[in-house]
Amino acid sequence: MTKIDTSRPETVLPTPSHTVGPFYGHALPFPGGGDIAPVGHPDTIALQGYVLDGEGKPLPDAFVELWGPDPDGDLPQVDGSMRRDPAGGGFLGRNGVEFTGWGRIQTDVNGHWTARTLRPGARGQSAPYLSVCVFARGLLVHLFTRIYLPGDDAALAADPLLSQLPEARRDTLIARADGDGTYRFDIRLQGEGETVFLEFR
Amino acid sequence: MALTQHDIDQEIAAEHAAYEKRVADGGPVEHHPRRDYAPYRSSLLRHPKQPLVAIDVARDPELVELASPAFGERDITEIDNDLTRQHTGEPIGERITVSGRLLDRGGRPIRGQLIEIWQANSAGRYAHRREQHDAPLDPNFTGVGRTLTDDSGCYTFTTVQPGPYPWRQHLNAWRPAHIHFSLFGTAFTQRLVTQMYFPNDPLFPYDPIIQSVTDDAARQRLVATYDHSLSVPEFSMGYHWDIVLDGPNATWLEEGR
Repeated sequence: MTKIDTSRPETVLPTPSHTVGPFYGHALPFPGGGDIAPVGHPDTIALQGYVLDGEGKPLPDAFVELWGPDPDGDLPQVDGSMRRDPAGGGFLGRNGVEFTGWGRIQTDVNGHWTARTLRPGARGQSAPYLSVCVFARGLLVHLFTRIYLPGDDAALAADPLLSQLPEARRDTLIARADGDGTYRFDIRLQGEGETVFLEFR
Repeated sequence: MALTQHDIDQEIAAEHAAYEKRVADGGPVEHHPRRDYAPYRSSLLRHPKQPLVAIDVARDPELVELASPAFGERDITEIDNDLTRQHTGEPIGERITVSGRLLDRGGRPIRGQLIEIWQANSAGRYAHRREQHDAPLDPNFTGVGRTLTDDSGCYTFTTVQPGPYPWRQHLNAWRPAHIHFSLFGTAFTQRLVTQMYFPNDPLFPYDPIIQSVTDDAARQRLVATYDHSLSVPEFSMGYHWDIVLDGPNATWLEEGR
């Protein structure tokens, strides 16, 4: 039955997850999905990486969603990530001024993704990070991970998540600085160098 | 030798029996599929082998994942939730109205959040360039919809009944008719992508994707209910499907759960 009786909490049970399948490409990705940073913002960083399977092969049919705070650590509640044109029905793109904090990026045929967003600020007890959610054909439940940026070793050492991980695994969550504000972050779904994935309780 | 439906049926039965045994031995009810569900072959190289690392959200209310991105009227157009009106002509197929509520684990409505859907046309063909099934494309149907939930957490889509389609994982593999749903909650932890099915589909037992939900009651929650009160006179058949997002949100913290 799929009419949920909200007066009886024991009947409010979660709707199961399913794979996105292979044919979401005309539905979910949108132009400028990875152009999260307002145009010309001085705290802009560029991110890029591959999504790889258990044999190290890149996934041409995955997408990632990034969600993170602004440089002050504030999480925006601003809509307009996928602004639409009420006349033609197409996408207008972001307005280039407001920061929504969220983006969706499909991997290309090489399994490569890129994004430009703002350098996240710190919140709570954590070192600054971006939340990442990974979806793909073959993935029955999406996977959460995080992108931490290198540089502030004291903040990274004090982070409640990173500090509980063995060093080799911890490093899968820290992007590599490639200079000029560009960072590399590969997501390995399985096998050697498997990325740390998270569950929230 | 080519993989047959019989091979997959046996694997599905073995996975189901293994789950029943886990529960009989005191294991928890599994509301979601396991990511390593071999009858769905694409999962084999795409699931982590290391256990997920647990984060107790009660320890830090400032976690990024406890907030969710915002969507608004700018992100949709007026006819986005009517998939029959997006082209100059009418799509072919049985018109349907799909409606329900978006809820959190406490049964509370999730208001003003984005729901995205996508589906095959009435012949079982996606308007996606890489789709190779030779059923006809419908020039009047893209099969993509979006809406925002209202103040009661309700959503409604008007579309056509999608067709089942073959997908070549094994010989004579067919997907039951379904609509894909993508959902956001009040926390990013509640993010969900899933599929809605139609009642009494004879393909359910053969499909390793729906069977990846090995709990019988959980699997039923993926199937919409025919609702005559939602059927629109002289127009469409009505289906009701409530969606419950899993994962902790800020309300959990407030209630000290």
